[in-house]
Amino acid sequence: MKHEHAMERRRFLKGTVGAASLVALSGCDNLTQSSWFPGILGKAERLTEAVQRAVTPRDALAKEYREADISKIFPANGNTDPGTERYAEHVAQNFSEWTLEVVGLVQTPRSWSLAALKELPSRTQITRHDCVEGWTAIGKWTGVPVGDLMHHVEPLPNARYAVFRCADVDDEGITYYESIAVADCYHPQTILAYELNDRPLDVPHGAPLRLRFERQLGYKQAKYVMKIQLVESLVGIGGGKGGYWEDQGYEWYAGI
Amino acid sequence: MAVLVQSTDAAFRRAEESRPMAEPPALDSPRASDQMVSSAPSTERVYRHQLPVRISHWLNVPFLIILIMSGLQIFNAHPALYWEDPSDRDHALLLIRPVQSDSGEIKGVTTILGHQFDTTGVLGYSDGMRRAFPAWATIPSAKWLAMGRQWHLFFAWLFVINGLLFTAYAFASRHATRDLVPTGNDLRGIGKSVKEHLILRHPTGDEAKRYNVLQKLAYATVLFIVAPLIVLTGLAMSPTIDTAFPWLLTIFEGRQAARTIHFVACFSFVGFIVIHVLQVILTGFFNNIRSMVTGWFVVKHEGVGHEA
Repeated sequence: MKHEHAMERRRFLKGTVGAASLVALSGCDNLTQSSWFPGILGKAERLTEAVQRAVTPRDALAKEYREADISKIFPANGNTDPGTERYAEHVAQNFSEWTLEVVGLVQTPRSWSLAALKELPSRTQITRHDCVEGWTAIGKWTGVPVGDLMHHVEPLPNARYAVFRCADVDDEGITYYESIAVADCYHPQTILAYELNDRPLDVPHGAPLRLRFERQLGYKQAKYVMKIQLVESLVGIGGGKGGYWEDQGYEWYAGI
Repeated sequence: MAVLVQSTDAAFRRAEESRPMAEPPALDSPRASDQMVSSAPSTERVYRHQLPVRISHWLNVPFLIILIMSGLQIFNAHPALYWEDPSDRDHALLLIRPVQSDSGEIKGVTTILGHQFDTTGVLGYSDGMRRAFPAWATIPSAKWLAMGRQWHLFFAWLFVINGLLFTAYAFASRHATRDLVPTGNDLRGIGKSVKEHLILRHPTGDEAKRYNVLQKLAYATVLFIVAPLIVLTGLAMSPTIDTAFPWLLTIFEGRQAARTIHFVACFSFVGFIVIHVLQVILTGFFNNIRSMVTGWFVVKHEGVGHEA
């Protein structure tokens, strides 16, 4: 008798817990699908950005590792080949015709050939790549500091974002782009890299030029960079959220 | 025997505590036990939980559930744990993956420190989907990393703010030092307390008014060790915070180690919650719930007679 009661109570508890978790889950799924709730969740990004920028010295460097720490395999995520005819030509020409343009809200728009970029003072850094998925890889990057390019073009006072235009197009025909604050372009470790682990960048890792923006997550590290466009607002560019991944719901401020 | 233990503990309680709580009337004199033998069972209402504690407690219920479930969503994007900085799948401490056999059958396989377990139906492969944690355990239920992060990072802020307010209150009001930190006397009685817990015999009467040593240890550990640890390891996974506070990487031995500790701390929370809820049910569900809602807890003073 007592045993039966216990069984019944257990069944009741199990049912209650199960029902509660289902209600909670479908409630959360409903909120996720609603028109208003993700907007509230998104407010945390602004708070995170404000607090992280406040506590982080402007030029504080991301940790730089030793040669021995370099990962044997550096995974290539996202698009691993732009797959366009034009890009295939560039690969065939060993990127001799590749140019980087810096345009938009600047005093003097300029463009550099890949060879000209390599003539500029370079920076080499062994840093950790933190993917939003959770994995990390350590690689040695060599490239030209984006801040040096900014000094050449002189951004106008109203330039707030640097938009990186890329050569890769996804399966649905959407062109990849990414953006960071103009102020962050001047961070010493923000470079346009053309070498990974002492070798010219290969196609999966973003040949011939990719952004390294070490204080934020991997999806900000745009590959196949063709153009840097300085703008005042991100509205009207791509999906308007500041980047390919941002347009799919990832935070523009990818500091965590 | 029981009488003796009760009255010495009551004396100890008077000496140790300055809590503005109704003193039990009968236990003040050495002859209290004599009186209790003849007294009928009585009940006493005590104000057990202050309002800020109750608010903070109930806020943590949805916060923690959401943080755990959205955290599992994030984990599912890369269902493996490592030590130090790089992530090398060949040296994973934990790896959850679907494995397809030659016959085409898919199994969920979980590898912990090199030992493989078939976890089909729960981990690795569940409801016909290749996913580490099953749909019922994640927010959102579908595979959706971006949205899981939105939930997680929003509620992480609420959890941290709630935790800071609680901590400020707990120390300012001496709730922490008075009620949560075990005393030397508590710790000396730990063996007895463990035994009593194992046979599900819980403190009654005046003993039930204060937290017993295992309760104190559990609460203090969760509040002042696991919670700060989970916040700090969460922050250590932030590339920006790592540049501002490089010591985080040093103390946790790298970002992947921090991620692993974050995960272990999460499951410490899960374990705590399971035991906590079980104990709440076992030690008088409605009385416990009422005390955490209204503050008032009812203590039964059983006539000691039947034990004498």
